[in-house]
Amino acid sequence: MTPLSQLLPGQFGKLASLNPERGVDQRLMALGLLPGMVLKLIRKAPLGDPLAVEFCGQVVSLRLAEAENLIIDVSADCPIQRPRQP
Amino acid sequence: MSSSDAGVLVALVGNPNTGKSTLFNALTGLRQRVGNYPGVTVSRKSGTCDLGDGQKVELVDLPGLYSLAAASPDEQVVIDALSGNIAGDRRPDAVVMVVDATNLLRNLFLASQVAELGLPLVLVLNQADVAQEQGLRIDTELLSRRLGGVPVILTSAWKGEGIPEVRGGLAEALSRRTPMKRVTWPVDIAGALAGVAQAASADTGKAISAADAQRLLFDTNAATAERLGWTLERREKPLRSARERVRNSGYNPMAAEPLVHYAQLRVVLDGVVTEGLGKAGRTAAVDRLLLHRLLGPVLFLGIMLGFFASVFWLAKFPMDWIQLGVDWTKGVVAPPLSPYPMLQSLVADGILGGVGAFLVFLPQILILFLFIGILEDSGYMARAAFIMDRLFSWCGLNGKSFVPMLSGFACAIPSLLSTRTIEDPKARLATAFVVPFMSCSARFPIYALMCAAFIGPLYGPGWESLVMVGMHCVGLVFAVPTAFVLTRLVLKVKPQPFVLELPRYQMPKPRDVVWRMWQNAAEFVSKAGTVIFAITIIVWALSYFPRDASVAERIRAEHPTESAEQVKARVQAAYVEQSYMGRFGKAIQPVFDPLGFDWKITVGVLASFPAREVIVSTLGVTYSVGEGAEADSQDLRKAMQDAKWSEGPRAGTPIFSLAAVLALMVFFALCSQCGPTIATLAQETGGWRWAAGSFVYMTTLAWIVSMAVYQVVIRLT
Repeated sequence: MTPLSQLLPGQFGKLASLNPERGVDQRLMALGLLPGMVLKLIRKAPLGDPLAVEFCGQVVSLRLAEAENLIIDVSADCPIQRPRQP
Repeated sequence: MSSSDAGVLVALVGNPNTGKSTLFNALTGLRQRVGNYPGVTVSRKSGTCDLGDGQKVELVDLPGLYSLAAASPDEQVVIDALSGNIAGDRRPDAVVMVVDATNLLRNLFLASQVAELGLPLVLVLNQADVAQEQGLRIDTELLSRRLGGVPVILTSAWKGEGIPEVRGGLAEALSRRTPMKRVTWPVDIAGALAGVAQAASADTGKAISAADAQRLLFDTNAATAERLGWTLERREKPLRSARERVRNSGYNPMAAEPLVHYAQLRVVLDGVVTEGLGKAGRTAAVDRLLLHRLLGPVLFLGIMLGFFASVFWLAKFPMDWIQLGVDWTKGVVAPPLSPYPMLQSLVADGILGGVGAFLVFLPQILILFLFIGILEDSGYMARAAFIMDRLFSWCGLNGKSFVPMLSGFACAIPSLLSTRTIEDPKARLATAFVVPFMSCSARFPIYALMCAAFIGPLYGPGWESLVMVGMHCVGLVFAVPTAFVLTRLVLKVKPQPFVLELPRYQMPKPRDVVWRMWQNAAEFVSKAGTVIFAITIIVWALSYFPRDASVAERIRAEHPTESAEQVKARVQAAYVEQSYMGRFGKAIQPVFDPLGFDWKITVGVLASFPAREVIVSTLGVTYSVGEGAEADSQDLRKAMQDAKWSEGPRAGTPIFSLAAVLALMVFFALCSQCGPTIATLAQETGGWRWAAGSFVYMTTLAWIVSMAVYQVVIRLT
């Protein structure tokens, strides 16, 4: 179990939990980031923050501080996904 | 005669980056009107859409959004518009829902929320060409059936494909009035929603729609409750018990809505989309380059510098043409009016000057919006924000503040208009507030005059360039702490999380870019333009009246030996001295005395309210070197170098001491002597409150810093 903010670029895993009380997590849920969803840290911005994260066939930028509450299960068995990044 | 007046209103709704605006332009064929929603700075774009069968409807393009759980003013407008809660606007008769065909699941979440409003709906799957390239096959008939029979249409708005089918689908939706199939809520959530609706209805006496009940139960913000007049004391208990019921059934009440929608949408989409062989797009590959750790920032700087240089240099030519055109018109109109000097001056300096005063901004606005259109529609703007965000986030701004702040170094007017690209209202307001601190090109003539007349001759060209560069940084030095304090302590607006989609790269469509550029320019002329014109006329009148002919006669009698030109310059100086502006300047000179300004500089400061650079020509008049003096005028430099205090403790010492020269430049670096900026700030923040606040803050700050500079330097030299 690792917070998304500590993932390395290229690492992926399943979203184990988030905090639905937070505004940022509500936004992400609207974009389809729900528990059980596979997500991948594509890269960090040149200054280390924000992060570019791929899930649900889209790439979204979010700040390190906003990624702390997203707990990722990197050991989960993730089916190899067809590269759906547009 | 259009039947749209009679009243069929259709709303265009969709996620950002779905090609919604392109579809809107294609459907309305640019027969559009742009206005503002009452009370918020969200523009309302609508146009007439022909349904192909002779029927015409009014189509309104609502701001792009991802969810009806409103957090920003843009999103609130969509909810209010769809539920008919906007003053002067009807509830739409139908909805055209635009979704990205390459990502149906995420896009249909919003559609599914909109379905809860029960309106007839057409589902447009846009960017079908890209979906096809990616190898996605979509069974529109199956999707239509699963969604309750709403028309489902594949389009590529960019290529103009599928547009007649959208018109036909809309006609069908309006005649058959088929709503989209709604989500089936689990029993306990349905019960909680019913409970909320009942309690709210009992307390407010209003009918509560299903959509209202969902917003009340699922949202943390209170916008819906406030609109219904459901007070905190009354709603607290029923909402808490309803949320408790949802929680006991196994759902977090804050997560229940997306969980239920997404779970059911997966079932709806099962078998609708089949993935065949296709090309993966190039976006990921381009991002590896443009967002590269080292190359990314280098390319970013290159793109931005090129962009800035274009706004700065390209705009110079049309700006010169406008100036030439205004001067030429003056040359044609003014001579026949010479028997009436007052009328002549009103037309030449007041009216033509006023028209020129806002026309001159148009080239920069058009060029800036051309570039912004290209950056946004191509998808690079989001990347620019991604690269720059870290530099701005600590002081409460975000990566999207960069473009407005950079273009502020050319001119604050187009930059203020470009703050619209910032979604977060708090960051938008803070950015708009600090943009006027950027050292715009209108400050340049003042720095140039002062450096060339005083710094260069006294200290050499090295110091001259150093001071020029330093002056361009003064504003930035004060802007950053201002943003910090403003966002932390003053602005009570809730900050938005900076969640930003990095969309697929795409070729911008020239028609959309040009059209947006034109709309921004037109709005500027009609709103800020009229204010700028009025300011110019008022300042002209204050500097012109009263004008007693005896003044001219006295000057001529006092200087019988001088040339006609010299006498003319003296007369002009005398007229300005005894005009209302001159009298006012003399009266408040004591306020500027601690800064080392004499009454002539004070009048120059006041008269430059329509535009900062006017101080140079005003100094030309008050120092009797004649009208039209520019920063490189040798006469003006000499007159200023020779100017001495005639009375008071400083009598006999030069007015333009090093201390006064630095103080004057610092004052102009920080002050708000720019009527157009204030007018545009008012236009963009939706009222005069922020504009007035900016004026008071900047003027006070300029006075304090300038006074400190003068008092320190005068003691050291």
